[in-house]
Amino acid sequence: MTLPIAGQTDAGKAAEATVSDVVIRFAGDSGDGMQLTGTQFTNTSALIGNDLSTLPDFPAEIRAPAGTLPGVSAFQVRIADHDIHTPGDAPDVLVAMNPAALKANLRDLRDNGVIIVNTDEFTPRNLKRAGYESNPLEDDSLNAFRLYRVALTTMTRRALEESELDVRSKDRCKNFLALGMIYWLFSRPLEPTIDWLRVKFRRRPEIAEANVKVMKAGWNFCDITDAFQVRYDVEPAKLEPGTYRSIHGNSALAIGLVAASRRSGLPLFLGAYPITPASDVLHELATYKHFGVTTYQAEDEIAAVCAAIGASFGGNLGVSCSSGPGIALKAEGINLAVMVELPLVICDIQRGGPSTGLPTKTEQADLLQVMFGRNNESPVPVIAASSPANCFDTALEAVRMATAYMTPVILLSDGYIANGAEPWRIPQVEELPDLRVDFHQNAEGFMPYMRDEQTLARPWAIPGTPGLEHRIGGLEKEDVTGNVNYEPENHDHMVRLRAEKVARIVNDIPDLEVEGPQSGKLLVLGWGSTLGAITGAVNQARADGLTVSRAHLWHINPFPRNLGDVLDRFERVLVPEMNLGQLALLLRARYLKDIETYSKVEGKPFTRDEILHRIERMTGESNQR
Amino acid sequence: MNTTEAPPLTRKDFQSDQEVRWCPGCGDYAILSAVQQVFPELGIPREKFVIVSGIGCSSRFPYYMNTYGFHSIHGRAPAVATGIKMTRPDLDVWVVTGDGDALSIGGNHLIHTLRRNVNLKILLFNNRVYGLTKGQYSPTSELGKRTKSTPHGSVDFPFNPLNIAIGAGATFVARSVDIFMPHLKAVLKRAAAHKGSAFVEVMQNCNIYNDKAFAALTDKAGRQQNGLYLEHGKPLVFGDNKDKGLRFTGTDFEVIELGNGKSEDDCLVWDEEHANPSLAFQMASISTGDGLGDFPVPLGVLRAVDAPTYDAGVIDQIDELTTARPQTLDQLIHGTDTWTVDAGGNVHRGAN
Repeated sequence: MTLPIAGQTDAGKAAEATVSDVVIRFAGDSGDGMQLTGTQFTNTSALIGNDLSTLPDFPAEIRAPAGTLPGVSAFQVRIADHDIHTPGDAPDVLVAMNPAALKANLRDLRDNGVIIVNTDEFTPRNLKRAGYESNPLEDDSLNAFRLYRVALTTMTRRALEESELDVRSKDRCKNFLALGMIYWLFSRPLEPTIDWLRVKFRRRPEIAEANVKVMKAGWNFCDITDAFQVRYDVEPAKLEPGTYRSIHGNSALAIGLVAASRRSGLPLFLGAYPITPASDVLHELATYKHFGVTTYQAEDEIAAVCAAIGASFGGNLGVSCSSGPGIALKAEGINLAVMVELPLVICDIQRGGPSTGLPTKTEQADLLQVMFGRNNESPVPVIAASSPANCFDTALEAVRMATAYMTPVILLSDGYIANGAEPWRIPQVEELPDLRVDFHQNAEGFMPYMRDEQTLARPWAIPGTPGLEHRIGGLEKEDVTGNVNYEPENHDHMVRLRAEKVARIVNDIPDLEVEGPQSGKLLVLGWGSTLGAITGAVNQARADGLTVSRAHLWHINPFPRNLGDVLDRFERVLVPEMNLGQLALLLRARYLKDIETYSKVEGKPFTRDEILHRIERMTGESNQR
Repeated sequence: MNTTEAPPLTRKDFQSDQEVRWCPGCGDYAILSAVQQVFPELGIPREKFVIVSGIGCSSRFPYYMNTYGFHSIHGRAPAVATGIKMTRPDLDVWVVTGDGDALSIGGNHLIHTLRRNVNLKILLFNNRVYGLTKGQYSPTSELGKRTKSTPHGSVDFPFNPLNIAIGAGATFVARSVDIFMPHLKAVLKRAAAHKGSAFVEVMQNCNIYNDKAFAALTDKAGRQQNGLYLEHGKPLVFGDNKDKGLRFTGTDFEVIELGNGKSEDDCLVWDEEHANPSLAFQMASISTGDGLGDFPVPLGVLRAVDAPTYDAGVIDQIDELTTARPQTLDQLIHGTDTWTVDAGGNVHRGAN
């Protein structure tokens, strides 16, 4: 929404205006603390009760040369007094800590949007570094916006005149001056951030107090001067009653895995190797040792998955977490788990590729890799998380499938939801699925590859159990006995059996729900992190009077039982994907239905409007027919 | 409860019902027999043994042992075994691997397992050739070796497995020979008793693709002439009538003839517990292992030192933190900052 220029005025004070929705982007150099600033604004807004959605956008380099375009790090947050689904298409407010941050982000800013710049950084040298030929603060290039010039560095140093910190440390506080200003501008309390600073820097109180002082200076600057004519507020969202927290996708995934461990009674073992954007799952689980979690930073991706397989053999919940390049390395290990039929969860936090690609950017282009990127017939269940909070439920469901069917399961997430945050209505522990597992104990008649009639799962017989000594391995197995067997008929039987076992998961997963008309002209079908943009676009299209339905796949292998029927009920099916049409390829192959792909592979998520415009075009075309 | 004691385990208890499918005459038969003789003597219940292997002739080993077994993928056995040992410290985990499996495709896992000192017993069957893929040179094949993939002779310099292990920081390093049954059994028992990664190179004959690879050591004459049987605290003597010894000059080993004024007192007394690994490294370096050089082939325990194991360290941390930081799943899920929306839509900080 556009921020109003006028509002209710009390004499001598800035006008006040209540807005329902605002998008703010903090942008600066990699070292300017923009992620931290954005996160603080987000957490404070969460505690006020706003609905929110975030989009961090940072470079792959830890510190690209200061002041350059590749070094710009940004954090976008949208807060609202109503249910929202995306971090917003275009910012209403841009905080630009230097010329490069302005240049890199200006094109996204809404017309008449607010720009707050740190004028201290607009030096001839920095302007040149950012590729500006003339100073945009002095020419007319920013006339379409509401520009606020603030000497952030100077003001920060002045606020800390009496501090004993060195100049470099003082200057590092300047992001909190900007944060204090934004807190004032959007009527947020300072206390949650003050509390956070004092805990975070409890061993260096001088740093905490310097930041508090600077943040207050930013606030007071706005309150005392008439820098801003209007001050805004965003009221709490009318969320469903319950207790909430703000959560990132990777955090929800880590907590979900611990919850699955507790609900299954299986100790959690994570084998991992550092890789963007999956490392935070390792970092977070490494702090949960008090839940019996073992984390293993292996020598490579292969060792990480193999150790997880070993842990599963021993009766742990084996998990390995990585991103596309690491999943490629794990392929042989995953196939071993297929063959030895042990439970294993592999999390693929997708990023831009191929090869090293765009490590810090998002993409959904590993779908075909996880479906087919292994030698021979290698059926593996696949499930995709659709939002930061949904990563929690997805972790539990992945573990359920893995243990109930004795199979590796691949869980797909991506950089967008891994690093993005949203409010999460905290579930009651007792309402979480019961995942209890029974290890096989009875030696009488035991065969390692005998099977449950319903699920076709083989028994989980862990070492240490007397009388169940047996050998497993990657060589083809004779059904039931598990002995090595090269007979043609047996191999054909086993290939089909492994496929059938995974296919039978369809018997206990929910049907695909269609939201909106159950049949008609247009269905927008998504998977994974496109949920927010699709939901926002479809809701808007309906509000605009268009007839459109939507559905979102959680289970991708196997597909829900009614998927073919759902596709048949619609004249046209649109699948927006951050790839060149990978789900569409699967759907066409399986259901012989024409699927229309909407591809975007820019390393950033769809905006609501992009999908909305596509819906408008398609419904327009339908009407003309 | 059953109060009668189970009968002691025998060799037979460790023989599986699977037909052994190594080539007739393969050295692996002898090693299998040695392991099946040693395991019953370790006082460990059969169900507590796990044997993990990779790919190659040697890696078929688990199928023939009536224990828990895992025939994994090429080179990755140490990684699989590490996952087992970290989570199941009650199990006795053995890795069986070969020169290609451990030193080529799986080199990374081997060195990292050794540096971490995971409590695993690693048996590397070194026959200096790829057998299962039918005769290519391996990372331990000698320079100039003619194989199917090196028809004009190998120009690769080989690894010495002992030096890899010592260089990676292994806390137990030993060597034996497939057909030296009493020696092999004694070495296996020492390995079994070691707390930490125990690395044992077993020199093994491949009578199909690399026959008589160690003949200069293993034939009747060679056993005494070319074998240096290391014993902790004993001087380094060898030869038919213990008539030769090894002296350490301060920088190098040298062979001396005993007699004529030279005695055992001039030989270095072997210290497998020496904290600095450089002497063991130098000992490993005196021979390439085939018994063809000027020096004898060191056999037995080169290094055996105490060090904390990785798996124990991991488990200790978990145990300590589980006691020190009791937290419920509900508390974990809630985290530190929550807000509550009540039925009237009012928002307040904190949980209900």
